[in-house]
Amino acid sequence: MNTVLSRANSLFAFSLSVMAALTFGCFITTAFKDRSVPVRLHVSRIMLKNVEDFTGPRERSDLGFITFDITADILHRKCSVAFFALNQVVLWDKIVLRGDNPKLLLKDMKTKYFFFDDGNGLKGNRNVTLTLSWNVVPNAGILPLVTGSGHVSVPFPDTYEITKSY
Amino acid sequence: NNSGSDFFSLFLQLYYQVLNFGMIVSSALMIWKGLMVITGSESPIVVVLRCIYLSVSPPSGSMEPAFHRGDLLFLTNRVEDPIRVGEIVVFRIEGREIPIVHRVLKIHEKQNGHIKFLTKGDNNAVDDRGLYKQGQHWLEKKDVVGRARGFVPYIGIVTILMNDYPKFKYAVLFLLGLFVLVHRE
Repeated sequence: MNTVLSRANSLFAFSLSVMAALTFGCFITTAFKDRSVPVRLHVSRIMLKNVEDFTGPRERSDLGFITFDITADILHRKCSVAFFALNQVVLWDKIVLRGDNPKLLLKDMKTKYFFFDDGNGLKGNRNVTLTLSWNVVPNAGILPLVTGSGHVSVPFPDTYEITKSY
Repeated sequence: NNSGSDFFSLFLQLYYQVLNFGMIVSSALMIWKGLMVITGSESPIVVVLRCIYLSVSPPSGSMEPAFHRGDLLFLTNRVEDPIRVGEIVVFRIEGREIPIVHRVLKIHEKQNGHIKFLTKGDNNAVDDRGLYKQGQHWLEKKDVVGRARGFVPYIGIVTILMNDYPKFKYAVLFLLGLFVLVHRE
């Protein structure tokens, strides 16, 4: 009875150490990979409106509409397209699972989330940049947030669009 | 006289076991506190307890397929690290005890440096405004427990089992006690 228990104990301890070592191995092999990937972005249509922000606080804010293309080759990630400018907004995202086609070839995409500014900062703004970033979820280990090496500028017009709908 | 020395050696063994146990507990505590200092976060390791799912579909994890119940997340909350969209944050809503693990969707920063942001679970169709306090539209830095920087799957299942089934916890403690007694040879 005693030897069975002590054998079970050492077996358990051994499997725990093996699993810990494997997990650490996962972490080591994924932690230091260079993940930057060239990304081609292109924006084709830009429109600006000023409406009540129906997604949250009901103040009039700038609402931007853009149509964009993405070309990138990524692997097992979650991608989000974000704007950089002191303020950041995720416009679109996608979950890419291991086994899915890692090449992203999207054309004429509309934004998935509303591009509301908190205020009126989009009007006439030439400093808005579109970038692609992605979050890698490994089997175990570090969760890096990587930004692709390409970016494109999105210059917003000086006037609001009143008549056209997108 | 014989029984006296027997009793004394038994007492020594017990004393040794208690010291051993105390050392294990204090090393664990030291590691925990050390992690708190290094990562700057008040709870550097968080077990994903519950994922809140906002939709009419049947309930499932709100951060799947990335994280599931029982995954262990390693967090940091260093002040020099600005919050960016796409990061996974663990935040607490005022009045609620359990922190939520979701992704940052929007960030707005004012000229005075004040930052507010919006979150959304990967698997949710809508953002978290329905989860925030009544009338609250944004989260602020003070609501953040930490940013997820690393993760190990499944490990936290034991903690969840012990929380949900106290009988399991007592069974584990009993077995541990049994091992300690048996191993004394």
